[in-house]
Amino acid sequence: MSALTIRRWTVGTIAIFVSVVVFLVPFAFILITAAKTAPEASQLAFTWPAEWQLWNNIGAVIADRNGILVRAFINSLVLTVASVAVMVIFAAMVGYVLQRKRSRWNPIINFFVLAGLIVPPAVVPTIWVLQGLGIFKTLGGLILIEATFGLSFCILLFQAFVATIPRELDEAAVLDGAGPIRLFFRIVLPLLKPVIVTVIVVQSVAVFNDFANPLYFLPGDANATVQLTLYAYASSATSAGALNLLFADILLITIPPLIMYIFFNRQIVAGMTSGAIKG
Amino acid sequence: MTDLRQTNAARPSTKTTSRPRPSRTRRQRRSIYPSWFYIPAAALYIVLFAVPTFASLYFSLTRWTLFDVTFIGFDNFVQFFSDPQLLRSFMNTVVFAVVTSVAKVVLGFALAVLLTSELIGRGYLRAVTFFPVLVSTIGVGLTFKALLDPFDGIVNGALAVFGIQGPGWLTDPNLALLSVAVVDVWKGLGIATLVYIAGIVAIPQDYFEAARVDGASSWNVFRNITFPLSWPATGTVIILSVIGGLRSFDLIWAMTKGGPGFSSDVIASVIYKQYQAGFYGLSTAGNVVLFIVVTAVMIPISRLINKRSLDV
Repeated sequence: MSALTIRRWTVGTIAIFVSVVVFLVPFAFILITAAKTAPEASQLAFTWPAEWQLWNNIGAVIADRNGILVRAFINSLVLTVASVAVMVIFAAMVGYVLQRKRSRWNPIINFFVLAGLIVPPAVVPTIWVLQGLGIFKTLGGLILIEATFGLSFCILLFQAFVATIPRELDEAAVLDGAGPIRLFFRIVLPLLKPVIVTVIVVQSVAVFNDFANPLYFLPGDANATVQLTLYAYASSATSAGALNLLFADILLITIPPLIMYIFFNRQIVAGMTSGAIKG
Repeated sequence: MTDLRQTNAARPSTKTTSRPRPSRTRRQRRSIYPSWFYIPAAALYIVLFAVPTFASLYFSLTRWTLFDVTFIGFDNFVQFFSDPQLLRSFMNTVVFAVVTSVAKVVLGFALAVLLTSELIGRGYLRAVTFFPVLVSTIGVGLTFKALLDPFDGIVNGALAVFGIQGPGWLTDPNLALLSVAVVDVWKGLGIATLVYIAGIVAIPQDYFEAARVDGASSWNVFRNITFPLSWPATGTVIILSVIGGLRSFDLIWAMTKGGPGFSSDVIASVIYKQYQAGFYGLSTAGNVVLFIVVTAVMIPISRLINKRSLDV
């Protein structure tokens, strides 16, 4: 038993040491660089800041270019909330009916759901469609895009979860006089709460961190999202020698996912591992 | 449609009864799951995903600019596979996907075995390996660009302590793509580990107990129980990382923009570059090539995985 305890401690200590070097040092680097003065930050050294400038730097980043970062945070927030809301409701409706109703269309629908997961979206033709609809370069257009690209993943999660809700419940509700809409929104949707939380958390992080779709479908400063401003800031801050501000920006943008992780650790894990068991 | 016909033939009288009345007939049971629930999602999917995907098949055969569209047959694809830079992006895409997937499978599995064993600081280790998954890819890319700086970066600084002259990780054309791949593994390893942990935890404890009773060594337990029974998890990890690796764009764009030169370009970055340059037809052809690559890789992989999991 003591041999096991020794192994537990030695292996654990080595693992903790390696994890500190590999995983914590990069995050510590972000924090200390964000706290330095511009000349000190440009040395890229892993040293404690001579002067602790974190709040000044964060203030400077927020004030930069008439507060574009604040606007970007608002845009990203609207984008995330709206697209995830659309995803949840639309995908829950599909997942529910797809699981409950046996029809010969099911294999075809399942095929398209999987295709949506695998096929990379065609960029320029999508812009062409958005232009045709008059929603290219609008936040609304990007909300619909993000919602569409996230649908397949959500449908699969909902479909799997609805299978665990007994059918008898639906029948009982119908016997009590509920119509299909009441049945879904008042009875089934509340029961889907665990999977809804998972979907919300996983997709919010995905949409908030998305770079490629805003880059293609929402170019321009007027509606910039946080990832776009960070990317644009990278070139201007580097040329201006203001790496401390760049890393203060990275720090700010890392905070929302960090908060999500602290509060919803379990749901994130559930969402990411769904399907791991059955393959 | 057949369902409706059958029910009507069986019970012609229900045809006219009002819907919400509680009744246990087959027709009533079916109608509580309305097909129109598909419509909102289907509308989005068709307009914003299916139509562009099918349109891309046509537009990839055209010279397409801001002003007009001219049909030119397969010229874009010929150009894609004869231009050395574009061809390189094709090879890079495959290399990037293979390297990152293999690394995620091997390291993710090893880490999961470690993190399911008796260990001090297990909760901390699980949290810290997973957190990079949630951080903005652009943020990670920019951070590692600074860490991998050939002169001042701390990676080469640490190597210098051991007397090693570190290379220009992102400035050497032979290394740039692999350096980005390593960062991609750093960022994505958490998902692979998590999936493997879920797979290992789901293995019934009886197997481990039986092995212990039989006096199996820990290597034998690993070789004959843990490894074969986590095959479904391996399948999930491979599928996730191959799809992600083939489509990867954000990290490469944040770290190298496909450079130096074109040495770390992948199909996804070529699509963006050609789009920026106004060659919409060529860009769309890149999309079609990517689509074909992803499908061509995914079909045999998912076949193999399904076959293996049936055998086990």
